[in-house]
Amino acid sequence: MISILVDVSGFAAALLFILGMKRMASPATAVHGIWLTGIGMVAAVVASFGYLSAIPVEARPHTLTNVALALTALALGGGWAWWRGRRVAVTAMPQMVALYNGMGGGAAAAVAAVELMARDGGEASVGVLLLVVTALGALIGSISLSGSIVAWAKLDGRLERTFRFRGQSAVNGSVLLLALGAAAWALADPSQLSLAIFFAVALLLGVLMTVPIGGADMPVVISLYNAFTGLAVALEGYALSNPALMVAGMMVGSAGTLLTLLMAKAMNRSLANVLFSRFGDPVAGSTAGVAGHMKSVDARDAALTMRYATTVIVVPGYGLAVAQAQAKLYELVKLLQTAGVAVRFAIHPVAGRMPGHMNVLLAEAGVPYDLIDDMEDINDSFKSTDVAIVIGANDVVNPAARTDKASPIYGMPILNADQARQVYVVKRGQGKGYAGVENLLFYQDNCAMVYGDALAVLNAMVQAIKEQAA
Amino acid sequence: MNDALDMGWLVAVYLFMLAAFTGYEVISRVPSILHTPLMSGSNFIHGIVVVGALHALFHATTLAMQVVGFLGVALGAANAAGGYVVTERMLAMFKPSAGRKEP
Repeated sequence: MISILVDVSGFAAALLFILGMKRMASPATAVHGIWLTGIGMVAAVVASFGYLSAIPVEARPHTLTNVALALTALALGGGWAWWRGRRVAVTAMPQMVALYNGMGGGAAAAVAAVELMARDGGEASVGVLLLVVTALGALIGSISLSGSIVAWAKLDGRLERTFRFRGQSAVNGSVLLLALGAAAWALADPSQLSLAIFFAVALLLGVLMTVPIGGADMPVVISLYNAFTGLAVALEGYALSNPALMVAGMMVGSAGTLLTLLMAKAMNRSLANVLFSRFGDPVAGSTAGVAGHMKSVDARDAALTMRYATTVIVVPGYGLAVAQAQAKLYELVKLLQTAGVAVRFAIHPVAGRMPGHMNVLLAEAGVPYDLIDDMEDINDSFKSTDVAIVIGANDVVNPAARTDKASPIYGMPILNADQARQVYVVKRGQGKGYAGVENLLFYQDNCAMVYGDALAVLNAMVQAIKEQAA
Repeated sequence: MNDALDMGWLVAVYLFMLAAFTGYEVISRVPSILHTPLMSGSNFIHGIVVVGALHALFHATTLAMQVVGFLGVALGAANAAGGYVVTERMLAMFKPSAGRKEP
């Protein structure tokens, strides 16, 4: 009877996950989607205490301890994560997602470890396929755990360096073979020693895979490890004969893979290129073709030009979020709207630290999502726009991506901000962008630089327009 | 590994295939403004691993298994709880312009 309840709630959870994810696919229903999946999760966790009705004889004397341990672990892990998740700043959410994802991978690896340890006790009648699947899940989960922790440290600014050396791919390849060898050993001779070595090598592999990848590529890596964790969970679901884990894990595995490919495509790179290339090295930049010179303009003048324009497109970048200026930007936009200017936001797919991160940052400041356009939707509108204002973005508006074949960002889809009649670029100084490439836009005749901290500049602009009205 | 439900590998392969298509279909129609919340949301969904970890811990017979099982439940619970909070916070911020009705 109880086992039927467990099975039914597992099925309900899987169904709610699919429905919830479907609803998350549209901004208007997205928040209901996460509620649905949340209900599914709670139901599944509560029902899993029903396993207690069917535990084998050997485990029965430990039931009280195990239940106490389970409740403590749920309270500690869940409580800590809930508390951290409530507090984390929106700018820091990508690394928090990385951390939570790594923990999921670690949990999958732990499930595999317990399953493999159970064999140590003697029950040897398990099929080879099941063992291989369990070990594979353990390997993938461990890579996801250690790799995600490295990704978190990089995004959080705790690990600045990228470690690269000659023959790195060969070394990583050997470590992968070593891990597979250790897995075979642990399966053939299940002892605590062989298991410990297997997991140590698997964790090492995750670290080695992630350290050479630069900070700019971390979103793609996090998304990849998200897919990894999903896959590991699905494989452990098979090991436990738990269809809810299999469905949820595989769904995340495929969705995460697709998301990873979409992100890589938005940066015009292949996944292999992200994982194995040396992108992000300081490039001896091809500054050939830089003609003209940079002009600078006062924030107040720029503000008044926008005030009397008909159409304005705002191109925000991560620099805006770093300066914590989203709310001030929206204040400026509202002033312009009151003055009758049509204002839109143009978001590059990789603006921010993850695709869509910029949308979240703007949403936090209260910007309605229907003012915000994706690159494909708005790129043709720049030609007929009076003013494009670029704030804290650089590489995503660099026309070199269209023209300069020698440039490392050549071929990357960009926002056509350079085609607006007047372009203003709000920027701290004359430095280069994340990719370390000279920006040809800054030298164009229709472009003027507004130097200064984004928040200070926007403040001055708001001030200028208010005084004008008064 | 010793549960009542004995699933043939063929059934498992079918299940994996259908689930993979479901995930693919749901994501492929998503506007890019939702990519970050969706990554976070799918991150929450694989927090279901906590159920597997509970299963493993309840079946633990040795100290080592209890320690690893405890870690698994704690990590899985953190994945689920953290994933939920972060996703919900992100999604709750998406609002349309005033005056427009939500569809």
